[in-house]
Amino acid sequence: MTTKLFGEPVRRREDQRLITGKGRYLDDIGAQALAAAFVRSPHAHARIVDIDVDEALEVEGLIAIYTYEDLHGPMAEPLPVLIPHPQLHAPRTGYPLANGEVNHVGEPVVMVVATDRYVAEDAAERIVVTYEELPVVVGVDQAREARIAVHEEIPDNVAARHHQETGDVEPALAAAPRTLSFTQYIERSACTPMEGKGVHAKWDADDSSLRVYTSTQASTSVRAAIAAKLELSLDKVEVIAPDVGGGFGVKIVHPWPEELLVPMAAIALGQEVKWTEDRREHFIGSAHERQQRQEITVGYDDDGRITALDVHVWHDNGAYTPYGIIVPIVTATQLVGPYVIPVYRVIVESVYTNTVIVTPYRGAGRPQGCYAMERTMDRIADDLGLDRALVRERNLIQPEQFPYDHHLTFQDGRPVIYDSGDYPGLMRKLKDLVGWSEAEKLRADAEARGKLLGVGMAMYVEGTGPGPYEGGHVQVLGSGKVLVSTGLTSQGQGHETAFAQIVASELGVPIEDVEVTTGDTRRFGYAVGTFASRAAVMSGNAIALAARGVREKALRIAADVLEASPDDLEIDEGLIQVKGVPGTSIPLRTVAVLSNPLRYAFDEAAKQATQFAGPGDDSKPPVAPGDAPGLEHRDYYSPIRSTFASGAHAAIVEIDPATWEIDVVKYAVVHDCGNVVNPMIVEGQVHGGVAQGVGGALYERMAYDGDGQLQNASFMDFLMPYASEVPDVVIDHQETPSPLNPLGIKGAGEAGVIPGTAALASAIEDAVGRRIAAMPISPTELYDLVRSPDSEMTATAQRRAGTGVMA
Amino acid sequence: MKPAPFRYADPGSLDEALAVLVAEGDGAKVLAGGQSLLPLLSMRLAAPSTLVDINRVPGLSAVDVSADGVRVGALVRHNTLLHDEAAAGVQPLLGRATANVAHPAIRNRGTTVGSIAHADPSGEMTSVLALTGGSVTVATPSGVDTVDWQDFFVGPLETSVHGPAVVTSAFFPALPARSGTAFEEVARRKGDYAVCGAGVVVTLDADRKVERALASYVSVGLTPEVHDLTDAVVGAPVEKADWAAAGELARTLVDPDTDIHASADYRRLLVGVLTERTLAAAAAEAAGRVS
Repeated sequence: MTTKLFGEPVRRREDQRLITGKGRYLDDIGAQALAAAFVRSPHAHARIVDIDVDEALEVEGLIAIYTYEDLHGPMAEPLPVLIPHPQLHAPRTGYPLANGEVNHVGEPVVMVVATDRYVAEDAAERIVVTYEELPVVVGVDQAREARIAVHEEIPDNVAARHHQETGDVEPALAAAPRTLSFTQYIERSACTPMEGKGVHAKWDADDSSLRVYTSTQASTSVRAAIAAKLELSLDKVEVIAPDVGGGFGVKIVHPWPEELLVPMAAIALGQEVKWTEDRREHFIGSAHERQQRQEITVGYDDDGRITALDVHVWHDNGAYTPYGIIVPIVTATQLVGPYVIPVYRVIVESVYTNTVIVTPYRGAGRPQGCYAMERTMDRIADDLGLDRALVRERNLIQPEQFPYDHHLTFQDGRPVIYDSGDYPGLMRKLKDLVGWSEAEKLRADAEARGKLLGVGMAMYVEGTGPGPYEGGHVQVLGSGKVLVSTGLTSQGQGHETAFAQIVASELGVPIEDVEVTTGDTRRFGYAVGTFASRAAVMSGNAIALAARGVREKALRIAADVLEASPDDLEIDEGLIQVKGVPGTSIPLRTVAVLSNPLRYAFDEAAKQATQFAGPGDDSKPPVAPGDAPGLEHRDYYSPIRSTFASGAHAAIVEIDPATWEIDVVKYAVVHDCGNVVNPMIVEGQVHGGVAQGVGGALYERMAYDGDGQLQNASFMDFLMPYASEVPDVVIDHQETPSPLNPLGIKGAGEAGVIPGTAALASAIEDAVGRRIAAMPISPTELYDLVRSPDSEMTATAQRRAGTGVMA
Repeated sequence: MKPAPFRYADPGSLDEALAVLVAEGDGAKVLAGGQSLLPLLSMRLAAPSTLVDINRVPGLSAVDVSADGVRVGALVRHNTLLHDEAAAGVQPLLGRATANVAHPAIRNRGTTVGSIAHADPSGEMTSVLALTGGSVTVATPSGVDTVDWQDFFVGPLETSVHGPAVVTSAFFPALPARSGTAFEEVARRKGDYAVCGAGVVVTLDADRKVERALASYVSVGLTPEVHDLTDAVVGAPVEKADWAAAGELARTLVDPDTDIHASADYRRLLVGVLTERTLAAAAAEAAGRVS
């Protein structure tokens, strides 16, 4: 038998290092480097009238001060729009340092470099920037009113009008037996990784080369951006993502201004320069997500089957659009979830506000889409007096309908065609797991204890593993060590373990012999990045293909030595042997030595290999045409389109009707990401996602005031949930392998966060009997809602009141 | 998030500490546990010229328990007080309130007296000092004064102590006879500053009728206050007292603020709920002490 680790709950190999403080994060690098600090705009919208640095010049230890005036060539141009789109008709990006105008609090205006960060902040504090304040736009509603323009030349504040439709929605709605129209809101949260961003740059003047460490989700692209913006040859720039303390999307954006400015300063000064983002900078100078206003009209029949869906979303994209309209597209296309929607029209208007930019945060528009669709299902059930699970079941795509074409275009420009799944299966498992049929009994029990209990559910389908490609490289050394590299980065996902499991399984070697390197452009130059639940799908498959290439070559060489057919050979525990003939074998490490005809006997492995080396054929060159020395292989995986994972969540909440505190007493997840590489890692991903889902539903919110000042730019006031706020999660798995990739896997990184807001809104609404149309919701807001004469009682609550269940 | 430059002194005696404070003038700030001060420095919301670290000053680390009450030295950490059974025996509010102070890591460094000297109306121990009718001892170059809590708290983050001074201890009087206490908070996350907290003392007479009911709140109002709720329940047999009425009375007496975590109305609601709950618990405890 070969070493089969694929699918096993192998303990994460990186955890020993990471949880004992031995990780090497950005700020652990370059202890002697000069430090950069930034003067950031204190105003949400203003013209810069003057920058006076005189007082700062007196600070001992100051090395350099940069303003926009010091930027030249490509650096003086606006930052790139990474992903242009024809419907992004009015894109805008900032400059590395503000050029005359600032559009959100936190926008970088001046960079200071000094002997250390303390001195840099001392100098920064003394720089006097004079601003002429301009009127401020905060929130989607103010943006769409367009009384004030964020960018003068875009008077309606609309950056993009994303529009997709699968049929003629207006007649379909007119013909629907029933329709409902409603508006709902979802607020801003953010990735808030434990480690903020950071950049370290070192210029080697003798070699004219630059090495940059950056806490990024896309080192190869940062490399290309730096080379272009600083006018360096690509081969003279290397970019490395060291251990990265969480990303969740914010570090896929690139180049951040600091990723260009710090290398620029390192080159100009001929010294190492480092910038480590602090927490306040991260809150006001990075990216947020999630705020949308959703106007929904749905047509359906008396059984609750949807006949038409018309959605108009107003999406707050903040001050600039460097990441294009990915989030709006994802909301628009993932909204339909696991359901058959006969006619669908969606318009997402992406609008500018004077707030931090909006770019993907774990889920990347999916939580909003799920919230729109799932709350629609709840409304239909409420209207018809039907079980919320039943209404969903009646609308589900059935297992025999795959591949299922939604006739939409996804974020990667490819069609939204679901590859595989079993959505009724998810629903069956979910109802069992959460005890859906027991809900009324639980409600009565809670009532006897003076608590309001509610149950809620939400389902989702998640496009994962978008292309265009990732690559993998596998090399066996004479020592038997197997080196694996891929270009995408790691932020704690467990890639060192999962990728090693794949290689160990494919190659038949002990996992201890496998070493995985990610995110280092010295090792792998072509990559896209770690986002969109794509690392396992993309690099996992690429690495598997690379390992298969190595295996094929190893068997070919071994077959020669053992005088057997490659088809009769197997590799187990690093030993190649003839199947069924014990003793006829050769170690894989020896094959690695034999693969290179230059065989200096530097070590024992080379000496041992000589006993296997044949006399050689004088009529052929030592390296055959088309062959290469070494036991290594590089391969790429490029999918035809994304693969679609799915899942269903249910929550049970108990609410104290005296204090309106909300307690999540049970949280159930059924999860389908195809074949599972490592179930322990997948469950960890689900747990983390649920934690962020609960955070987004009940705790987190970017509290901007009317002047565009973020009032809670610290972990004291931005309420990221602690372990004490995150419920225990019960998980059940379903596996519908993807037919699209060799390993049959689908992405799992974002799934856990997607349905949290929808499921919890549903549960809270069920508990209090009042319509929940704005999330997140806190106890103080729930108190306002239940005592407001304007809040809408659900039909379900009215029916319950009529029967005295919850009088 | 790096502090502006400051000088640092770590005097070895109280006299030396006061001498440094005199020499450095208004820009000097006393450092004990640093759990409030250091974040303010890092965010450059405060920029003292000198930090006078009193951690080496002898004689400030004791919890002295007597029949009259508990004296807590300036270097006593919250966590020490939390686990001091002798102190809890004389004044149970000390342990009950410190259990609500932030998280273990903060309780291990933060000092109870430092938190009182910081005079944050969101602090638990300012409220307990008031509720128990306590006082602080203040050392200045001209001598040692005792300052009652009413005269100490002036406004949010502001006390009556100015100029060179070290608050060397706080005194929490003992729980009166036939009395019980309770302390409860509603916080957004476990360990956060309370959205609203309530501490109460209920005293019964020899016939188990309510004689007195006092309450003090956390995160309600600009300075700690003690509200006398006796009128709502006085004379009622302990089992029949209308604690809800006392809660209603409390709601009319407080003047909470709105912030991003809670509206004033919501805080007022919580004042009523927590008052009712804590009074009932405290009365039950008091009843156990009246045989």
